[in-house]
Amino acid sequence: MLTRLLSGDTPRSGLLTVLLLIVLVSLAFAPFLFPGTKSLETAARICIFIVLVASYDLLLGYSGIVSFAHTMFFGIGAYGTALALSSTGPSYWSIIWGTTAGALVAAAFALAIGLFSLRVKAIFFAMVTLAVASAFAVLVSQMSWLTGGEDGLNYKIPRELTPAFKLVKEKVFGVRINGKLLAYYLVFFASVILFLIMLRVVNSPFGRTLKAVRDNAFRAEAIGYRVVWYRTTATVLSAVMAALAGSLLAIWLRYTGPATTLSMEIMIDILLMVVIGGMGTLYGAVLGATIFILAQTYLQNLMGVAADATSAVPFVSTLIAPERWLLWLGVLFILSVYFFPTGIVGRLRAGRA
Amino acid sequence: MSDTTIKPRIEKIPLSEQFFQKLPVLLVPILAVAGLLAIGNPASWLTLTVAGLAMGMMIFIMASGLTVVFGLMDVINFGHGAFVAVGAFVGFTVLAWLAGWTASPSVMLNLTAVLIAILAAMLVTGLLGYAFERVIVMPVYGEHLKQILVTMGGLIVAQQMIYVVWGPDELHISRPEAFKGSLVIGEAAIEKYRLVAVGIGLALFLGMRHILKSTKVGLLVRAGVENGEMVEALGYRIRLLFLIVFMTGSALAGLGGVMWGLYQETITAHMGSEIMVLVFIVVIIGGLGSVEGCFIGAMLVGLLANYTAFLAPKVALISTIALMVAILMWRPQGLYPVVKAK
Repeated sequence: MLTRLLSGDTPRSGLLTVLLLIVLVSLAFAPFLFPGTKSLETAARICIFIVLVASYDLLLGYSGIVSFAHTMFFGIGAYGTALALSSTGPSYWSIIWGTTAGALVAAAFALAIGLFSLRVKAIFFAMVTLAVASAFAVLVSQMSWLTGGEDGLNYKIPRELTPAFKLVKEKVFGVRINGKLLAYYLVFFASVILFLIMLRVVNSPFGRTLKAVRDNAFRAEAIGYRVVWYRTTATVLSAVMAALAGSLLAIWLRYTGPATTLSMEIMIDILLMVVIGGMGTLYGAVLGATIFILAQTYLQNLMGVAADATSAVPFVSTLIAPERWLLWLGVLFILSVYFFPTGIVGRLRAGRA
Repeated sequence: MSDTTIKPRIEKIPLSEQFFQKLPVLLVPILAVAGLLAIGNPASWLTLTVAGLAMGMMIFIMASGLTVVFGLMDVINFGHGAFVAVGAFVGFTVLAWLAGWTASPSVMLNLTAVLIAILAAMLVTGLLGYAFERVIVMPVYGEHLKQILVTMGGLIVAQQMIYVVWGPDELHISRPEAFKGSLVIGEAAIEKYRLVAVGIGLALFLGMRHILKSTKVGLLVRAGVENGEMVEALGYRIRLLFLIVFMTGSALAGLGGVMWGLYQETITAHMGSEIMVLVFIVVIIGGLGSVEGCFIGAMLVGLLANYTAFLAPKVALISTIALMVAILMWRPQGLYPVVKAK
């Protein structure tokens, strides 16, 4: 049963299994284990980013395609839901059609870009997506009559998902059972389902062919697989998944703006998460996203303490100031591409063998 | 033995085909005329055209290094934008030191100050290019995926280092006195600095063409683009050649950074990644590895960006994407594909 749920792709490493279980249990019981608004925000962010990073891994790890437009698809999903909620009011119906519309638009975009530029080579695709994504970000911030420009959109979501709604009068284990909790579990279960769907996809014959195309496109073509078709399908799939993750973010935050969905910083974050967690395995996305977001939220405080402690040394203190943490991540990123191209998961699996 | 020597038979290409091959060159004047028709007013057209050419020249300076590096060694450098930003910051620092010279009305002092700033920027970015090639690019030759990732990482680190060294704020500087103001021709006002930019760009393009077409280094570079292994087999150290080209490309990016900074009069640490979008579009339009294609692409993008900024400001960036799409529909490998699809 469990193996079927995981599509036969078990973690294949004791330590990895333990780590994944810790992540799963902590996220499943986050509101009870770590009470407080900040930790709940962090947990929801982790859930959403696990889906987003896993969908990116579908491209980068399984298909060997580098795309810089992933935040664009993420943003399309988020804006789809946000626009539906703000234009037709806070109902479940508008969430559904907004999410569907976002996913469809993302799929159409991905199909167009894919058919257009995947024929040539990986590098071409990377450059084209970079250009298109930045143009899209500019367009969104300029069309302020529709998207709210740089300020983004604030909107209401159905009342059952807001803190004002009380499901049970009394506290359960000292936690108020309110709409916010329901919203968290909506995000959590949606993320789990999306993750399992992706796990199913990569372990299907289609996923196997994708890996074959990644490892040797020429040979795959010679055997009779239509490489362009497979690459484009992978692009569309990952775009749809990213759009759905975007919708989850839009529902959770009750706000959608360029900085939270479309910015280049988020694209770089996704890249870092995939590479640090491990390319070519979806479990890498889980670990990468979890570690990265925890570090982003809590390590920066630690760096602040360290910077204060070394404030007497002029250059060092600016180097380890909390604003400079991307610097160290960049260094870590380069080192991990060189020395651990398979990331944490690859290391753990190799350690067992 | 007979006296007849074997002569290679050079087939004459039919005129229509020649025309078709030369067609990309005509795109720039075609676009300029179309702009004139759309704008209507010759004076503003002239201003915009010069602005477009100046912008195109600056983009060309930054893009040329990238495209040659790709052509020669199949290496794409996503961190190229970092050199642009570092060049701009170094140049600005030098100009700030020489504030007395740039503020003085003497043209000679102004020019010397700018020249020193440019040289300093090119020196620093050239050396940075050396470090970048040795440390970041060399371990991942031939692996596109890792190249993209690692050079992107290099870009992040370089941008953050700019923050560490120069602080988080953007820098402002005013142009030297000699480059301020504009010339008035008829009713059209043309900024002096734009003319300077066009001049430098043109000189650089012609110089580059000369080096590539009529010197031994240029011959080797072109041969390396065509078939690197063969050049290596003939006894040339193509890695060394590549290193030199990489450093030159980086130095040119630094030069472009200084010029762009003086054009905007404001620089930020992430200016590099912003310009890189335009640079990539230009490189794609021109065809990866082609200097001529890159030049034409840069002119097209510069002109189109300025025309649309005047006619319909909101679609300015989209228009360059549309241009890219249109060109790729017509020629999927860009205007002048040099590198065969590997």
